[in-house]
Amino acid sequence: MASRDIHGIDPPWGDFRHVGRALRKVDGLAKATGAAVYTDDISLPGMLHAKLLRSPHAHARILAIDTTRVRQLSGVHGVITGEDLPVKFGILPWTQDETALAVGKVRHVGEPVAAVAAVDEDTANAALKLIRVEYELLHVYIDPFESLSRHDPPIHEQHRSGNISKHVHLSFGDVDMALSHADAVVEGDYFFHGTTHAAIEPHCAVAQYAADGVLTLWSSTQITHYVHRALAHVLGLSAHRIRVIQPCLGGAFGGKSDPFSFEFVTAKLAMLTGRPIKLLYTREEVFYTHRGRHPMHMHYKTGATRDGRLTGVDATILVDGGAYSSYGLVTTYYAGQLLTGPYDFPTYRFDSTRVFTNKPTCGPKRGHGSVQPRFAFEVQLDELAEVLRMDPIEIRRRNLLGADTTTVNGQRITSNGIAKCLDFVEQASGWTTRRGRLGYGRGLGVAASMYISGTNYPIYPNPMPQAAVQLKIDRSGLVTVFSGANDIGQGSNSIAQYLVAEELGLALDQVRVASADTDLCPVDLGAYSSRETFMVGNALIDACRKIRPQLVQAVAERWQVDTARVRFVEGVVIDLEDVSRSMSAAEAFQLAEEKFDTLGATGAYNTPTLGGDYRGGTIGAAPAYSFTAHAVEVSVDVETGRITCHDVWIAHDCGRALNPMLVAGQMEGSAYMGVAEALMEDHDVHASGLHKGPSLLDYRIPTSVDTPALHALIVESLDPEGPYGAKEAGEGPLHPSIPAISNAVFDAVGIRLRHLPFTPGRVLAALRARQHSAPSGEPELAGGPR
Amino acid sequence: MLRLPRFELRQPTSVAEAARMLADLGPDALVLAGGTDLLPNMKHELFTPAVVVSLGRIDALRGIRAEADGSLRIGAMTTIADVAHSPIVAERAPCLAQAAGLIAGPQLRRAGTIGGNVLLDTRCQYYNQSYFWRSALGYCLKKDGTVCHVVAGASRCVAAAAADTAPALMTLCATLEFERAAGQRAVAIDDFWVADGISNRRILPGEILVSIRIPPTPPGHRGAYGKLRERGSIDFPLLGVAARLDIDAGGLVERADLVLTALAARPRRVSEASTRLCGTQPGTPGFDMAVQAVAESARRHCHTLSNLLGDTAWRQDMIPVYVKRTLQAAAAGGGPVHHL
Repeated sequence: MASRDIHGIDPPWGDFRHVGRALRKVDGLAKATGAAVYTDDISLPGMLHAKLLRSPHAHARILAIDTTRVRQLSGVHGVITGEDLPVKFGILPWTQDETALAVGKVRHVGEPVAAVAAVDEDTANAALKLIRVEYELLHVYIDPFESLSRHDPPIHEQHRSGNISKHVHLSFGDVDMALSHADAVVEGDYFFHGTTHAAIEPHCAVAQYAADGVLTLWSSTQITHYVHRALAHVLGLSAHRIRVIQPCLGGAFGGKSDPFSFEFVTAKLAMLTGRPIKLLYTREEVFYTHRGRHPMHMHYKTGATRDGRLTGVDATILVDGGAYSSYGLVTTYYAGQLLTGPYDFPTYRFDSTRVFTNKPTCGPKRGHGSVQPRFAFEVQLDELAEVLRMDPIEIRRRNLLGADTTTVNGQRITSNGIAKCLDFVEQASGWTTRRGRLGYGRGLGVAASMYISGTNYPIYPNPMPQAAVQLKIDRSGLVTVFSGANDIGQGSNSIAQYLVAEELGLALDQVRVASADTDLCPVDLGAYSSRETFMVGNALIDACRKIRPQLVQAVAERWQVDTARVRFVEGVVIDLEDVSRSMSAAEAFQLAEEKFDTLGATGAYNTPTLGGDYRGGTIGAAPAYSFTAHAVEVSVDVETGRITCHDVWIAHDCGRALNPMLVAGQMEGSAYMGVAEALMEDHDVHASGLHKGPSLLDYRIPTSVDTPALHALIVESLDPEGPYGAKEAGEGPLHPSIPAISNAVFDAVGIRLRHLPFTPGRVLAALRARQHSAPSGEPELAGGPR
Repeated sequence: MLRLPRFELRQPTSVAEAARMLADLGPDALVLAGGTDLLPNMKHELFTPAVVVSLGRIDALRGIRAEADGSLRIGAMTTIADVAHSPIVAERAPCLAQAAGLIAGPQLRRAGTIGGNVLLDTRCQYYNQSYFWRSALGYCLKKDGTVCHVVAGASRCVAAAAADTAPALMTLCATLEFERAAGQRAVAIDDFWVADGISNRRILPGEILVSIRIPPTPPGHRGAYGKLRERGSIDFPLLGVAARLDIDAGGLVERADLVLTALAARPRRVSEASTRLCGTQPGTPGFDMAVQAVAESARRHCHTLSNLLGDTAWRQDMIPVYVKRTLQAAAAGGGPVHHL
């Protein structure tokens, strides 16, 4: 048994007892009753509250910081500035350009500059107003095109390439030749705006520095392990003296996958004051912390033969990164690398450049780096279908990569259910009889996508397992799973329970999960890149298959039967050939403990060697890919320009649906988020760099009455390497919603929306422009092939 | 979370007691009704009163009463939900019922009051922000600063009147009834407003809004409210349109009124509604043409500003659309006009 074993898709005991059923989440009742403990629920004796002083300027040199008046305020126990935490950090080892508090200069409005710890939040807030900071204002970069051409003053002095954060240029085959020989070529500009995660729980940490020199940090993070490493690095402590725990988490969506200022600040203040420290961000601070979706200016050129076969795709992408690197290096690659499915690109080239601007830092948001290009390309594919007078589903079908294929950029595709996804949305939406026939103002649109199910690329290169678990088998009949995985609401702890109960033949309540505590749990890299179910699932099966033979053998010896006759069924052990004989799992555990001593097992997972043989070829390489197709139905009020999205049919290939209810929840949540980004959300700043509306009143996400009917249609392709064949479901199903809405608007009223978000003002402007350019006012003329 | 600044809470049980308290406390005190607007504003440090006088325990301020003369009297502390759901309000003042029903979301309508909504502070994207945000902006004319970020060089604040019920009450010729230690006062709601976003209400120091009186409406009275907003719930208006059409026994419009809000500091009446629509018959081309003319007039005379977040030009474009739809809805005995 080892981390690279493949465990197969079959049930461990003949048939599935838990997998495939709509089971409750392990933390469902605790959340519903309010018993769940989130980070802000933690209160320790003597605990102080910290607050951050933030920069009101988007780009400025710090000339002086005067904290003398703060120190005189009663109730204040500590004040720190950038000088106290000068070590740079960043999620990626190659681009560590952040500090916990600004050192020397600030690069966006809201950047933390100083921190205070006081007896309560009001005192801490009052203390902040006593800090004097002298700034020298610098030129503010808002427009990414300016950052491309100007680098004086630079946003990062030490950076080698001016204000360019990362540039990637990759080419596969002769794209120019392919485009010049194509029967049809479509070329255009597309813009994807900035959006943020808007998780309900604001970021929060509690730090405690014990007398024995052990630092404990409870943090609302989705990457406990990386926070652990970053704390050791920045604080100069040995990692073994640090414990990081992720309590119950109120949503993340990628917004809690960097190490952040509040984590270092609470730790440092705890060490300085000797008292526990809590820091809870306000909603406004969450908007400044951001790490949301990168705005992208995209130019695409796509060619096809007369019969709709793609010949080549050429993309140029400008990525607006905001103030710091964060995951930007990966984003810059993902913007190109993840587009090469579900369609077969004979040739492909992308040029992707990320620049720094004086805005809150962008990062990974659900569908990291690939939602934006997917929008552009899927709209362009619809335009190609229009030119070729081909049905939009048909052009997609003609270009599908099948199962067990390789993409143009060298990514290995194993299972692939995209054809079925298209069939499902075609049927469910009534596509063949309804598309183009709903009358002016109402329409159907389609789009498809592919996404990684885990990545073979650990954030710091190392040969150790990417996922690991430990099992404790107790004579009480309980199995405790120790898992480093971060359950951020997606249900990774629940999946762990279902899989262990399945593998060991136990009842669900015989398995409990302790997770995301670096003292207790083996290392898992965290909840990002849709990796938890796939990787931790395999590690769990690995661990179970190490211990199961001992359990079976102990029973077989007691009964003096062949091990093949012993079966564990939901907590009862039976003899397959003698119904009179049975015992409880607890008795079996005791027999095994008697025979083998204390029972336990570890399990691990590591990806196989993957990726193209070129620089960057492993970025975007995943052990499996999920596939999605959406059909959406919209109506457009041509007087107001308002788009109403009525239905989204979401067909998603998740491999095996370990819990179809959780899969459907992820599919619905993803589609909801996509619709929100398409129609409402806009993370933007004023010319000064000040956020336009850092609140949940001004940053509009749909309420329940704004949400379309979401229809989850699960497709199960059974991946040969996933746990029982499972793949991801948390990010892939977001992608197609956005282009599908644009394509549906085209079907409804004949305009192409290439600029996000699709606000009513933009729709009206496009309708008017169409009216002026069309030879007559009849909408059908510009409506394309029907 | 943003912290609520510290204050002393007083909870009088009669209007007279509350009025005395306010007289004694002077400008240090603010009145709390439902708190759905005041408390967030206090968290933003737009108001930092030493004392907050809650009207929540004054039972006499709640309730909707049909008076003998045919008028309606609505206690200022009646919840917005109660106004929205009241059959008698729906019957006699449909525009008000519809406007109340579109305020915020269900939870806020159950906490917020009609009086609080009428007296709602004006709103602006540069004003309804945290202290930190406003300090980063350099503050504004309405609070702590000297510059207007909406109209460059402006000397008068143009924060938007944002109460949905105010324009509806204007079409209903409502009277606002106040009480203070020194006595009582009734003000026609039309005369209540000033074109100053800093404070757009002619309210006297220490005054408490006690009730709102709506005079009798004739049997042919019709009204509708149109509300433009981004989401189907929660959001303040990006444009509010209150329409009134009284139809006489012969089916002709005998009285018409149209008031728009969420433009500048006070609700704005479109006087062409009365001149153009009176004498026309709903359902006929003459009426439709008159509606078109009123919509066009509103488009020409009413102007959206960047005081509210979003696309100002689109809001301007929506003026004639919402005027037309709201007048047609009123004529049909329908409404509200809302995108959901």
